[in-house]
Amino acid sequence: MRPTSSDRPGARIALRDVSLGHPGTPVLSGVRVDVPAGQVLTVVGRSGCGKSTLLRTLAGLLAPLAGDVAVDRAAVRGPGADRALVFQEDALLPWRSLRANVELPLAIAGVPRPDRRARAAHWLSRVGLDGLERRLPHHVSGGQRQRVQLARALAGAPRAVLMDEPFGALDARTRAGMQDLLVDVWRDTGVTVVFVTHDVDEALFLGDRVAVLADGRLTAVHDVPHPRDRAARETPATAELRRTVLAALGAHTPEEAPLRPFS
Amino acid sequence: MSRYLLRVVSLVAALAVWQVLTSRDVELWLRFSQFPTVTDVAHSFADRIGTGTYWQDVADSLRRIVTGFVVAALAGVVAGTAVARSRLAEDVLGTLLEVVRPIPAIALVPVAILLFPSNEQGIVFITCVAAFFPVLVATRHAVRALTPVWEEAVRTMGGGRWRVLRSVVLPGALPGILGGLSVGIGVSWICVISAEMISGEYGVGYRTWQDYTVVDYPGVFVGMVTIGVLGWATSTAVELAGRRVTRWLPRRAAGTGGGRGKGATVRATDLV
Repeated sequence: MRPTSSDRPGARIALRDVSLGHPGTPVLSGVRVDVPAGQVLTVVGRSGCGKSTLLRTLAGLLAPLAGDVAVDRAAVRGPGADRALVFQEDALLPWRSLRANVELPLAIAGVPRPDRRARAAHWLSRVGLDGLERRLPHHVSGGQRQRVQLARALAGAPRAVLMDEPFGALDARTRAGMQDLLVDVWRDTGVTVVFVTHDVDEALFLGDRVAVLADGRLTAVHDVPHPRDRAARETPATAELRRTVLAALGAHTPEEAPLRPFS
Repeated sequence: MSRYLLRVVSLVAALAVWQVLTSRDVELWLRFSQFPTVTDVAHSFADRIGTGTYWQDVADSLRRIVTGFVVAALAGVVAGTAVARSRLAEDVLGTLLEVVRPIPAIALVPVAILLFPSNEQGIVFITCVAAFFPVLVATRHAVRALTPVWEEAVRTMGGGRWRVLRSVVLPGALPGILGGLSVGIGVSWICVISAEMISGEYGVGYRTWQDYTVVDYPGVFVGMVTIGVLGWATSTAVELAGRRVTRWLPRRAAGTGGGRGKGATVRATDLV
């Protein structure tokens, strides 16, 4: 019943000289980056730098203005169930119970109802929402709604999960819990993850690699020395990378500084 | 409980004022001397209600309004959604509908007489046109105001046009559509009664006008009360049905204790 990493490995995502944005107003150009199957790429940048545009292009909601976006060597032609998108804002359908929300990608995929129920129950339980299946989205907290979004994204057994600042609106403690949960389910499923954030610490914790967006370009992709290891937060290598990334983002301008860079 | 009491008291008070004004033949610029009293109307009502004609009239009017309204609701939702979602539909239908919309439905009586073989169909047509526009406009606005991220979410799950329509557009626009239906049923009554007065054979509107022409004023009031009660009943039915299908809407717990917990779980609301 549960999709395992062996039969559903993550997708490989490749961007070749991609320009993206809306026609007439390109936001990013010359983007070249590869995300190997099953890896986590985090993308950092200041607000308005094109992070969301990049994700929407990967999701197929927005066509690239130039260049190729490929998932497993096949060009992306539009949205598809192989790439799930987790939104920063509340993207659950408010008239559907949490369970019905998680069932939706399965219903679209034509999974029969009993199977749908079981898989939705599995994923809701996996994100720690046992017993809340019949609640409506506005009767649970913001953090719980983001858990449901994660469950909904994973229920469709995608090969890549694209996450657009999904924990941006959560308080620090809830956010750390969500990061740990994401790491857990990522280990279980082996999906490829592209995770956009403006929080450098979050990027350095979650990513195998960190891509930096600045001045309309993808300026650098750094290997993270100790991915998903909270204890490695203060190692010299991590501190060095943090300094490099913050400098690339121009974090010395106080009003735009990423949140709590050295806290 | 006390609120229901208040509602009853308000109705009774209105009737009492009517009775006093008419039974004393009050003439204060407004002239109540020719006006039937509440008791006159009540007697007339009691006589009428025992006759088959009265119920025949009620049944005729109800049949006309239900047919016209149901057709209008379906057509209004379909046309409103099409105009809001498709540029082609907007170009083809948008201007046309906006030009026809300001024409009062009752002004279409000559058109109905020309078009339809029988008066019956003409009345249903007028009722339908009357209800169509409020539903159309409400649907168009509700569909345009949908949160875009809902649709994007469904599309990234691999959902196509029809899936978006079925799982996002219709349920999401439903609260707005219901507003249009509420207005529509009210306008339908106005038009069905007017159309019956002009060209009807049987029906509450026809009977009311007949009573007027034979100077049976209590009979006119029986007709008016009947229209009022039927209108109230149908709009309440629309309202209740609407509340049932939009139980998911966050409601402000306006001091009515116990309402909040009840809404917390979904029962029949796994709509689609």
